[in-house]
Amino acid sequence: MARQLDVEGGFAPQATTAEPTLATGGLRRWWRRFARNRGAVFGLGVLLLIVVMSVFAPVLAPHDPLAQGVGPPLQRPSLDHWAGTDSFGRDLLSRIIYGARIALVVGVVSVALAMAIGVSLGLAAGYYGGWLDIVVMRAMDALFAFPIIILAIAMMAIMGFGVVNVIIAVAVGFIAPFARVTRADVLAVKEEPYVEAARLAGVSGPAIIVRHVLPNVLAPIIVQAALRVSGAIITEAGLSFLGLGPPPPTPVWGSMIAEGRNFIVMAPHVSTFPGIALMLAIIGLNLLGDGLRDTLDPRLRR
Amino acid sequence: MTDAPLLDVRGLTVEFETDGERLRAVDEVSFAVRGGEIVGLVGESGAGKSLTSEAILGLIPCPPGRVTGEVRLRERNLLALDEAALARIRGKDIAMIFQNPTASLNPVFRVGDQLHEAMALHLAEPRPTLRARAVEILTRVGIPSAATRMRDYPHQFSGGMAQRVMIGMGMSCVPSLLIADEPTTALDVTIQAQVLALIRRLARESGTAVLLVSHDLGIISQMCDRVLVMYAGRVVEEASIATVFRAPAHPYTRALIDCLPRTEATAQLGTIVGVMPGLRALPPGCRFHPRCPIAEPRCTKETPALRALGSGHRVACHLASNGAP
Amino acid sequence: MLRFVLSRFGQTVAVLFMASVMIFAIMRLIPGDPVLMMLGDDFTQDAYQRMRTKLGLDRSIVVQYVLWLGNVLRGDFGDSLLQHERVSILVWDALVPTFVLVLASLVVGMLISVPSGIVAAMRKDSAWDYGSMGFAIFVYSMPAFWKGILLIWIFSVYLGWFPAMGYVAPWKDFADAVWKLVLPALTLGTFFSGLVARIIRSSLLEVLGADYIKAARAKGVRQAALVYRHALSNALIPVVTVIGLQFGALLGGAVLTETVFSIPGMGRLTVNAILNRDYAVVQGTILAGVLMVVLVNLAVDLTYAFLNPKIRVA
Repeated sequence: MARQLDVEGGFAPQATTAEPTLATGGLRRWWRRFARNRGAVFGLGVLLLIVVMSVFAPVLAPHDPLAQGVGPPLQRPSLDHWAGTDSFGRDLLSRIIYGARIALVVGVVSVALAMAIGVSLGLAAGYYGGWLDIVVMRAMDALFAFPIIILAIAMMAIMGFGVVNVIIAVAVGFIAPFARVTRADVLAVKEEPYVEAARLAGVSGPAIIVRHVLPNVLAPIIVQAALRVSGAIITEAGLSFLGLGPPPPTPVWGSMIAEGRNFIVMAPHVSTFPGIALMLAIIGLNLLGDGLRDTLDPRLRR
Repeated sequence: MTDAPLLDVRGLTVEFETDGERLRAVDEVSFAVRGGEIVGLVGESGAGKSLTSEAILGLIPCPPGRVTGEVRLRERNLLALDEAALARIRGKDIAMIFQNPTASLNPVFRVGDQLHEAMALHLAEPRPTLRARAVEILTRVGIPSAATRMRDYPHQFSGGMAQRVMIGMGMSCVPSLLIADEPTTALDVTIQAQVLALIRRLARESGTAVLLVSHDLGIISQMCDRVLVMYAGRVVEEASIATVFRAPAHPYTRALIDCLPRTEATAQLGTIVGVMPGLRALPPGCRFHPRCPIAEPRCTKETPALRALGSGHRVACHLASNGAP
Repeated sequence: MLRFVLSRFGQTVAVLFMASVMIFAIMRLIPGDPVLMMLGDDFTQDAYQRMRTKLGLDRSIVVQYVLWLGNVLRGDFGDSLLQHERVSILVWDALVPTFVLVLASLVVGMLISVPSGIVAAMRKDSAWDYGSMGFAIFVYSMPAFWKGILLIWIFSVYLGWFPAMGYVAPWKDFADAVWKLVLPALTLGTFFSGLVARIIRSSLLEVLGADYIKAARAKGVRQAALVYRHALSNALIPVVTVIGLQFGALLGGAVLTETVFSIPGMGRLTVNAILNRDYAVVQGTILAGVLMVVLVNLAVDLTYAFLNPKIRVA
């Protein structure tokens, strides 16, 4: 994907080679390639489903997720309660639908946060090199050495529990991968002739980074983001499972699974349905990420 | 040289299935190689020469490929053999060396071990004997300090040295035929001549026939007794080296010769107008007709067959006769 | 090779140093006055001052860090508020079961993923391929804790084949230890295998298309030797690096798996410590966890350098 340099200002990507770039109508081409991967399309469908569930939860959920006793406790799936009820007599289906909200919010916001910080660090480290690069990269290595769950647990110890803190904790854990991926690509793009030309033309460092380097390293970053969202959701679920997430009675898939654990023998549905929901979300997002990777990152095409 | 050919290729055809289409990369190629001869197979990139040579040894993955025809090695049809029987022939009766020598060696095994393996697969002699022979071979192909170099890894060899090792490996079981697929293309010009000379010397010493595949007519002219010219999957001319340069019959052959840089001060290098057709867009009739300076209407409709022009000289052209314009 | 080893060691030290700073910072950021907590009911202004001085809390932050680092390097992680035991001992006792679990999971994971990846590569685009890769994505995406619960439900409650919880050290009673480890190792191991199978497949496919495989075939090497000796020896090398990269995730998964199966490892120790605000223990487990990850990464890099002749014999 060669891009032409526009010295005047204003970023205007122009394709110099036969292959159109994403911005210039390659979108339709990309979509056709993407759509051939059935797994990826399934993943996209799952993502859309989650978004719909989150946004329209009040409309879709048959009962109030927090209302106790709308049905007999621990009742198996029935016509009244498609997913059964939990030990407090709450409708499981409604709780699952509302649970999508937290999953989505945590997943997307934490990744967005990690991306913002990580990509900036990666851009700076990769472009400027030298001491900045060494220090930042060692810090990233150190950060990377913390298993995410343990890091998140540590941060919760400082900040206390709750949704916002989970988001921050997970975000901190994901900064390092974004920084690394960005930096690796920046190092490659840095040598490209159009960057050299911009430098010679006197364009300032930050301007070069934003206008010329960033758009060309965007593809692998997007792929990382898609793959990490599923990781964020799993981590949040894990934290909730351990009791470190949003406090009850907030409907969160992770803590719902934990609650249901005690009743696994007589009422397996309490753990199983949230588990299935979680699993479908993760599988879908992973497939989506794989699909994006296969179509957006030409170097990795099998 | 005996009368019966060592290798007799008849109607060799290689097709590929991709995306629902079936493409024919090698189309009814027939030729023979006699014991001890050095035969050249020349043509542009994509003409099908590498595929022809790989098909002889059954190296083409089949699906998606499909190989039909006959490849007789002393009366046995190689295409009819199963993998196990073919494996016994590969490296022993017919050996092959490839274009990129350092890439042709397994990076995690020592060079000496790989050379040893080439012999151990076919020769029943004890290990120490074979190892000693491996050192001998390395010395014979011109690798200094052969005994120490045996323990080195491929990445420690330069391109030229690696190709010498490959040649040594190929000749190690004294095959009847050595197929060399663009053996010097990836090497420096200064090394090319040495490597070619090595091939010729070793081949002559053991009476091994050589099938030299190349796009470089110059190399072919230095090395070969006879040459086959391929274009777009078919053989278009076959003659001895002398004949080909003295009286090339096919317009394509003539154009190729014109393209060779000469030592006299001629103004420009010759070129051939146009580009060899891709497999999906093969022209009807004679495949060369769009680029041929003497093409006639007949050439666009009828595909010319290979016909004899003189002893050992065959041409696939409607208009050719010895030395004609 | 020597230069590589030295530089990696240097890098490791730098990373550990940075990590220690981060951990120290985290610990200092925890709200609440640790001295007050430690004194509890024995609080007097006097005792407070004395304790502060003893802990060095009245000195500058840099000095505090140096003192802290000194203690850490000597193996003194402080004392647990809850269990009145030295943190280093608690952490060590918890480290062993976690280590055993991770090791068992790695073994299970490799046993599943290597054949699966090989089959998928050899029969590319066939039902075998889609099947095993589909299975790989499936198990990789399943959250470890839910998978554990599911396995307990099926194999322990329903079928009664394996126990739902507990841990026994392998050197005390090997058979019993293995029996208790089956479900947890499967839980964590399948996660690992899902990841690795896909990598083995693509690595093997890449290697099989290489020139040296074609040249070896032209030499007369048979198919079996071609795949298992020539190709695999190249294809498995990148897998080693994956183990290093994923070790952090593996450790995280171990934390959750331990909770599900009640294994007395690092996971349980850390979670309990957090819930009970036993910060000295939290610090200890984080330190141990980070140390393990960094050391494993170092081992992996060195192993990779040893396996790859291009680095081993420059």
